[in-house]
Amino acid sequence: MGLEDKLSKDGFVTAKIDELIRYCQKNALWPMPMGISCCAIEMMAAAGPRFDISRFGSEVFRFSPRQSDVMIVAGTTTYKMAQVVRKIYDQMPDPKWVIAMGACTSSGGMYRTYSVVQGIDLFLPVDVYVAGCPPRPDNLLKALMTLQDKIASGDRKPFSIN
Amino acid sequence: MNIERLELLKSKLQQFEAEYSDTNGSPGFYIDKDSVIDACRVIKNDLGFRSCVDAISVDRFSKKLRFEMIYNLVSIEHNERIFVKVRLDTKSPAMQSLSQVWDSANWYEREAYDLMGINFENHPDLRRMYMPEAYEYHPLRKDFPLMGIPDSIPLPNK
Ligand code: SF4
Repeated sequence: MGLEDKLSKDGFVTAKIDELIRYCQKNALWPMPMGISCCAIEMMAAAGPRFDISRFGSEVFRFSPRQSDVMIVAGTTTYKMAQVVRKIYDQMPDPKWVIAMGACTSSGGMYRTYSVVQGIDLFLPVDVYVAGCPPRPDNLLKALMTLQDKIASGDRKPFSIN
Repeated sequence: MNIERLELLKSKLQQFEAEYSDTNGSPGFYIDKDSVIDACRVIKNDLGFRSCVDAISVDRFSKKLRFEMIYNLVSIEHNERIFVKVRLDTKSPAMQSLSQVWDSANWYEREAYDLMGINFENHPDLRRMYMPEAYEYHPLRKDFPLMGIPDSIPLPNK
């Protein structure tokens, strides 16, 4: 039964407050585009008209971490950049989520070298990993849907922030 | 490069005891590190090589004179390119900064300082280019492990 049916019949709906909040959170995930290298191109493609990330309520790419809910880390993260990524992550208001997009971000990828962090989960809590070098925009959308499912299920982060 | 220009180049650099070495078809000159500044002033002002387009550092991993700096110099008016090469000590490689002659050498030398550990005297701003300022190693040296020194660069706390 749809929401509109129920509203027009009864004039009200009942819901658990937790679920209501999660429903709102998951359908308006504003991304913080942490585009560091080539994966960011695919992230931009996902935001464009062809793949149209706004179908999932995430079209509002904010370039201020203070207005974002999910950070999409897209690119090779060096040790020097790790400080910046973490600083931006720390500025995002709770609740917040992280998508690690691409092989580099998830595991260092082909850069098995002294300057690249071998996976951003060494310094950030990651919710969804996306495979690929680069992942297609569809993969990013799939990650977003996975994250929405995760939020809807009430799955908490494995550890709290700070 | 035509013969006359090459002969002119050789004769001008003779006073600095430059040692000619062909570099993939372009003239190259090994110059002693003590006279490189004076030689480069001549190369720039008298011979017209007004731009320094690149500087390369080499680690030969030999016991003596392990390091080498190679400067890639271009003369736009003559459509010519030469290389100036300087051999440097194994223990503490250092030379006069050629940014005193070509301003553009500034960042090339900073990069060589960062990644190869070559010290440039009288450089206006010798800071690291890529690695964090507090980093202690020079990653492009041949004795540096590929994965780096564990825990040498701090990561933010999780
Ligand atoms: S995973 Fe591939 S496409 Fe993505 S940042 Fe790394 S190298 Fe670039």
